[in-house]
Amino acid sequence: MAISSKPIVWGPFAAGGTVTAFVTPVLIVLTLLAALGHAPDLLAYDRLHALAGHWFVKLAIVGVVFLSLWSCAHRLRITLYDLGVRADILVATVLYAATIAATAASVLYLARI
Amino acid sequence: MAEEMSRKPYVREMTSEWIFRHPRYLRYMTREFSCLFIGGWTLMMVWGLKQLAAGPEAWASYLEWLKSPASIAFHVIALAFATYHSVTWFNLTPKALPLQLGEDFVPDAAISGAHFAAWAVLSAAVLYLAGAF
Repeated sequence: MAISSKPIVWGPFAAGGTVTAFVTPVLIVLTLLAALGHAPDLLAYDRLHALAGHWFVKLAIVGVVFLSLWSCAHRLRITLYDLGVRADILVATVLYAATIAATAASVLYLARI
Repeated sequence: MAEEMSRKPYVREMTSEWIFRHPRYLRYMTREFSCLFIGGWTLMMVWGLKQLAAGPEAWASYLEWLKSPASIAFHVIALAFATYHSVTWFNLTPKALPLQLGEDFVPDAAISGAHFAAWAVLSAAVLYLAGAF
């Protein structure tokens, strides 16, 4: 049987789709409340900074960022193909690289907290 | 000779017009476009981490920026798309995770229903722990 890279690409997509389905809407509600001037207590600097200082929370944040962005990148790649963009290798490289870059950035920022 | 034999392959032209041919295609694309808003919000969150790491003033300016009309509009649309993604994702769980107990398969509604229930409990717990109510 030929070795395929598909599971490596598809695995984080499925995991990310599940993670975003469970947590993204409620997290958007939290920042929406802040946007409407009713920031929940959690978004106060001291409390959020202390929470994000915990190694387990950092790990969870990096995991959510990576899986969310990967699943979005993969979905956007497939969507662009559906819309007639045939430069799939280029699109895939740019989107997955952007995901890895943004994940690396979040690791860097969390390391400073 | 070889040149005479070679044929120019027919490449069918591909446009995005098909989306509007059937409501089902439009719903499919709506679901797929949710990635732009979920991804956009996640990048916004990564920027928030940068501001949080930079200190209280930077964080305060981030919260202030969140209150801009563009940000409020983005949040409302992103919330709608993210919720649509969740609903479609959980509706598909019986296809992705068919569960057999003895001779029978667990009904589809029970599998997706369990996911919807877990989603509701988790969301309420996050809102409560974050001090939203």
